[in-house]
Amino acid sequence: MPEDPGKMSELSPEDRERLTLTGLEVEMKNREGSFFQVDQEIRQWTSLNEGIEVLPIHEALRKYDWLSGYSWNLVKKDKDQYTKYVADQPEPRGFVIIARKGSKTIYPLQACLFLARTPVQHVHNIIIAEEGAELHIISGCASASYTKTGSHIGVSEFYVGRGARITSTMIHNWGEEISVFPRSAARVEEDGVFISNYVCMQPVRKVQMAPFVELAGRNAIARFSSIIVCTQGSYMDLGSVARLAAEGSSAELVTRAITTGGTIISRGMIEGAARHTKGHIECRGLILRDGVIHAIPEIKGNVVDTELSHEAAVGKIARDEIEYLMSRGLDEDVATATIIRGFLDVKIAGLPDALQAQIDAAIDSAEKSGF
Amino acid sequence: MLEIEDLHVKIGDREVLHDINLTIREGETHVLMGPNGSGKTTLLRAIMGFSGLDVTKGTIRFKGKDITNMPIHERAKMGIGMLFQRPPTVSGLKLGKLLAVTSGDRVGMVSEYARFLHMDSFMDRAINLGFSGGEIKRSEVLQLMVQQPDFVMLDEPESGVDLENITLIGNAIARLLEKDVHIVNRKKSGLVITHTGYILDYLDADFGHVMCDGAFRCHGNPREILKVIKTSGYKECLACQKIQER
Repeated sequence: MPEDPGKMSELSPEDRERLTLTGLEVEMKNREGSFFQVDQEIRQWTSLNEGIEVLPIHEALRKYDWLSGYSWNLVKKDKDQYTKYVADQPEPRGFVIIARKGSKTIYPLQACLFLARTPVQHVHNIIIAEEGAELHIISGCASASYTKTGSHIGVSEFYVGRGARITSTMIHNWGEEISVFPRSAARVEEDGVFISNYVCMQPVRKVQMAPFVELAGRNAIARFSSIIVCTQGSYMDLGSVARLAAEGSSAELVTRAITTGGTIISRGMIEGAARHTKGHIECRGLILRDGVIHAIPEIKGNVVDTELSHEAAVGKIARDEIEYLMSRGLDEDVATATIIRGFLDVKIAGLPDALQAQIDAAIDSAEKSGF
Repeated sequence: MLEIEDLHVKIGDREVLHDINLTIREGETHVLMGPNGSGKTTLLRAIMGFSGLDVTKGTIRFKGKDITNMPIHERAKMGIGMLFQRPPTVSGLKLGKLLAVTSGDRVGMVSEYARFLHMDSFMDRAINLGFSGGEIKRSEVLQLMVQQPDFVMLDEPESGVDLENITLIGNAIARLLEKDVHIVNRKKSGLVITHTGYILDYLDADFGHVMCDGAFRCHGNPREILKVIKTSGYKECLACQKIQER
């Protein structure tokens, strides 16, 4: 029987490696804060930034009365069976991060949700960036090397205040028989920016999610980027939904999807509900081995002066591109890998170097296993 | 350096090259002319080893070795390089990343050549994505300068390039072909497709070949051939009875 994982630094080398692949720094280097939950036990929480508080949700709700107004506000309890399951738990678990007015993180905070023995891990997270605050979070979700089956249900509510900015990068490293149901929503106030990145390149049984963002204030911006490699036996139903509810707001949903035998449903929906708004959906898919990529981009405009567009392309790597690189001396395998790497290399504007480095590392790791 | 003997090439059911014999020695630059669709680019692609065409007869030897059935990258490693007239866009792959791979991370060399070709600001751009005609050719020449091939094939290096860029590209290609090296010591060879001949102002070519309907029609002094084509067009070549013996 494996030992009970305590603090992150006490994990087995194998599980530390699994967490590292989700972008987590076990030694906390270049991190401004940390939260570590194993199954339903919160093992560690800390913030090195005076303006930023990291707390377990049950403690935060006890400490701050006002927080209840933020809980189950953006995600409704009765949205579906998964939200109901989380809402019905007598002891909520998960984290609350509050970035006070004007506070800024240089390095990201990390949140680690680790599934070890429980059949279902449930979390409820609330992330608040007050006016002018800047917050970067990297959430690494992984299962232990010895955990073969289980489910993870995560509810997250993001509040981006006036002129505030939240960058949330979620990297998944689950097992082949693990199902994952994140339920996220965000509300962005005037001049606020919400950047959400999702990376999953390792096998999983099923992931199903469609985070929602409401651009509620003037000139609010949202950008969702997903980088996905879907292996045989994996089923990923992923989407994001943006509602442009305030003048001047904009949203961009970008997906790069590769299947090596699994099924990817890539949804995207932008609703232009206010004037002078802009939205764009871009989904590009590569089928490397027989599998499914089903792109379903949707755009809906309700008013004049909203500009919405989408583009989707699914196909294979063009032979002439491979041969072009071969003519520069790269063998076929290296040429193919170089093109795939380039395909996944979505440079995300405004992403801190540390987060980009983690995305690059996830691509490296997928490349090593031959995509 | 390169010896092609009795080469026949088919694309699908159609024979697009036939009876091709060509010898290019160390230090020589040859020019390939001919009307559109005559098979010039196909010959370059056959030498490089691209798919989509079948060599049905004949051999291609490079540095004494039969490369007729060799994979593309091995030919490149042996020292064959090609400047594409219309290279594909490799979206997502940054020019700088490719050059890092092909140069073996010799950063200093890459940046020196990039500056020389005014391409230093293109290192973070996806290869050929949104490049102008001149930028595509500068990117191609840069890739070749990093690759340092012994035998360089250039498919219309001046097409789509303005006058300012043609000087830059012409000088860079001259450097690739060691035109600054004394003829006795020159090792690099080239095969250049040109319609306008502008590029010949920068390279002294040694031999010219005219291709019509998939075969060589004549061989001779490149400037003399170009003069005839410029005044009378390719119909003069087709009507010409003085076809050299192959």
